[in-house]
Amino acid sequence: MLKGLFKKRSVDQRFESIRFGVAILLALVMAFILILLVSKQPFEALGYLFLGPISKFRKMGNVVETAIPLTFLGLSVSIMFSANQFNMGSSGAMFLGGTIAAIVGLVIPLPFGIHPIVAMLAAGVVGGVLTSIPAIIKLKWGASELVSSLMLNFVALNLGLYLIMNHFRDLSAGTLASLPLAETVLLPTLVKGTRIHFGLIVVIIMVIVAWLFLAKTKWGYALRMTGMNINFAKYSGISTAAVVLYSQFIGGFLAGMGGAVEIMGMYDRFRWQFMPSYAFDGVIVSVLAKKNPLYVPVAAILLAYIRVGADTMSVNSDVSYEMISIIQGFIIIMIAANAFLKHYRQRMVVKEATQND
Amino acid sequence: MHEIVKMENILKVYPNGIVANKSVNFSIVEGEIHALVGENGAGKSTLMKILFGIEQFTDGKIMLNGQEVKFNNPQEAIKHGIGMVHQHFMLVPSLTVAENVVLGDEPKKAGGILDINRAIKETKDLADKYHFDIDPKMKVEDCSVGTKQKIEILKALFHGAKVLILDEPTAVLTPQETTELFKELMLLKEKGHTIIFISHKLNEVKEISNRITIMRAGKDVGTYHTDKVSKEDISNLMVGREVIWDLEKTKADPKNVTVRVENITLVNEHKRRLLDDVSFSLRQGEILGVVGVEGNGQRELVDVLTGLQKISAGKINIMHQNIDKYTIRQIRDLGVSHIPEDRMTLGVAEFASIEDNLLSIYFDKKDFLNGPFMKQKEINVWAKDKVKDYTVKTASEKTQVKMLSGGNIQKVVVAREFSNNPKVIVADQPTRGIDVGAAQFIHKKLIELRDNGASVLLVSADLTEVMDLSDSLIVFYSGKIVAYFEDASKLTETELGLYMLGLKSQTEQEVRRCVYA
Repeated sequence: MLKGLFKKRSVDQRFESIRFGVAILLALVMAFILILLVSKQPFEALGYLFLGPISKFRKMGNVVETAIPLTFLGLSVSIMFSANQFNMGSSGAMFLGGTIAAIVGLVIPLPFGIHPIVAMLAAGVVGGVLTSIPAIIKLKWGASELVSSLMLNFVALNLGLYLIMNHFRDLSAGTLASLPLAETVLLPTLVKGTRIHFGLIVVIIMVIVAWLFLAKTKWGYALRMTGMNINFAKYSGISTAAVVLYSQFIGGFLAGMGGAVEIMGMYDRFRWQFMPSYAFDGVIVSVLAKKNPLYVPVAAILLAYIRVGADTMSVNSDVSYEMISIIQGFIIIMIAANAFLKHYRQRMVVKEATQND
Repeated sequence: MHEIVKMENILKVYPNGIVANKSVNFSIVEGEIHALVGENGAGKSTLMKILFGIEQFTDGKIMLNGQEVKFNNPQEAIKHGIGMVHQHFMLVPSLTVAENVVLGDEPKKAGGILDINRAIKETKDLADKYHFDIDPKMKVEDCSVGTKQKIEILKALFHGAKVLILDEPTAVLTPQETTELFKELMLLKEKGHTIIFISHKLNEVKEISNRITIMRAGKDVGTYHTDKVSKEDISNLMVGREVIWDLEKTKADPKNVTVRVENITLVNEHKRRLLDDVSFSLRQGEILGVVGVEGNGQRELVDVLTGLQKISAGKINIMHQNIDKYTIRQIRDLGVSHIPEDRMTLGVAEFASIEDNLLSIYFDKKDFLNGPFMKQKEINVWAKDKVKDYTVKTASEKTQVKMLSGGNIQKVVVAREFSNNPKVIVADQPTRGIDVGAAQFIHKKLIELRDNGASVLLVSADLTEVMDLSDSLIVFYSGKIVAYFEDASKLTETELGLYMLGLKSQTEQEVRRCVYA
């Protein structure tokens, strides 16, 4: 019996890692085939795709810069998904967070050092309030947070654009942009020769905080139990309504903060005209990281690497950037699909179950 | 007689490793009503899902009219003349009766458009043929539960079902509706249909079926002609007799009242009285057994005592507190522990570790906290201890609960619920579906806690268990307490059965004896 348990446990764990590896491998093979099909110089293109991001120091910097907002989004989604709350409002919260940070940078004069902190906190709170709205609607009227949060993203986008365009727009700038932000609010560059900014430190701190919160605190415990089985949590006396609410507030807070960091670190004005391309990136990162905050930066780097590689490839070869979205989609489908390689697992389980008798 | 379906050596292993069916042999002859009985989790629904193509067997053979078949989905089963009426209806509420009946095989006009008039006519003809009183133009959402069931049956017949599987069809019906259903089933039988009737209500089984197959713990324990076996035989076969041992138990010495239930009533959204003016007391140092045929109010009683549901009227006092406005947490803080009937839904989070599952009612207690942070080391030592004390067979306390066997999962639940010196223990089917060793262990613990002054409310469908463990007994029938026995040791199962089936009941004064001051 005891021996059986040992075996079964390793069966499941082995299966998970096999599945993960096979998914990525298949996706790469798929990428390879697609590029062979569409490109006249496929090997050159593949070279740019896989080696582009490490070809230059600046490119490596690009990977890190891209990974910062992806990490914030990944953390945001991981916390909400850990509570089994499918709130998609992270991108809206990030957009609005960026807007709020810009406004703080424009209208509230504060000294260097304090200014960005205030901006981040304000952006976080506004992001948190935004993603709490679907939570409250769900608790009061039972509406799906998935739908209401998706709709709310448009509210966030247009509210942000309205604020910037009508109150803080720089009419002398050629494109849509806010007035220049105060010097004091901008995050200084951290690594010379790249655009890697102080936000890297902030994001590393937040990864640790999120992990501590989820894995080590009583609130994190209540959140995880609610996410794994809400009936069990209720039966145990955990206030699941509180969990539903605070998990989504924290999720929005992290995304809002990420928006602030991105605006203050990468720009000197508010320049987003559309929802940043990260709409569902948080979900991708979170799925890859299996909702573990410590794995989130790794997943974010992986995704950022693919993005920068794709960029390099599309600039230097005849393969377009869109190809990468296809490959990404494929990876996610493979990893997210529970039934993938199911028969293989079922065979392992049946062998186990019948052997034990 | 022609053997229409034969299932041989069916093995079914679910992806989580649970063996639901093991070398099951099941055969039915044309034109009979065949009852398939067994306790919850005995594997009867799984077997029927395999026959209907919802689940696929892992090993075995299905013969239909002498031909070997394998259904990959219900559509294939339907094509072969098998129909199934599920416990939860699968109808489209916004469509009419006729539209639902023809769904999937609609009469069409040229161009593929639904010929609604023909659909109505065909439904009407079919209903008339089987004397179903149904208006094909009515919307399903306006139909009663009994009518919905008829629509389901008509739907199966429309799709050409010769063999009809009914999964606990009477569970949702009123007695009158049940009588009507039985009349219809007899008529179907006369017209040459074969019916498989899944149930665990023995009087219904006796009434309607020709033959009966009994299942226990994933295996079939025999097929009998219904008139050749008594209800007692059937229930003995269902429960099995391996649960015999001597429990060392001294006579109870009940003290103060811990739980006082006064005239409570629980009404559901269909205005049915699930609990009907129930009063009783539970005292320190006694095990009060609650028996009754499933669905007669026992589960609801557990729910209202533990705060999962709120009563419609009456009063519940626990440790001298009226718990009307109390949250589950507040009730637990009064010293109430709860072993739930369905451990996988309520009792554990299966994907969480044993440690996390043990912790769910202790995680925010001072001993385990350092500010908001949980003291990992202390918790780990404590969890290791519990695993050892309760002999949970596992490689580590970090193992996911879903990797454990049923008995070990129950030990995790019990370890959690028994470790805070509970004053009141509500134990609902504490040993259902677990191995004898684990069951015995839990029984011993319950008696130990009783001897230390806890009050135990024991709800169980296993009569041997309640009769062996309980000091006193109350019997539920149709949401009411119909009998109270102060000394459970003087009872026989047969006598208890009469009360459980509603054939006998005590006077109000006799029942009132279970209310103590």
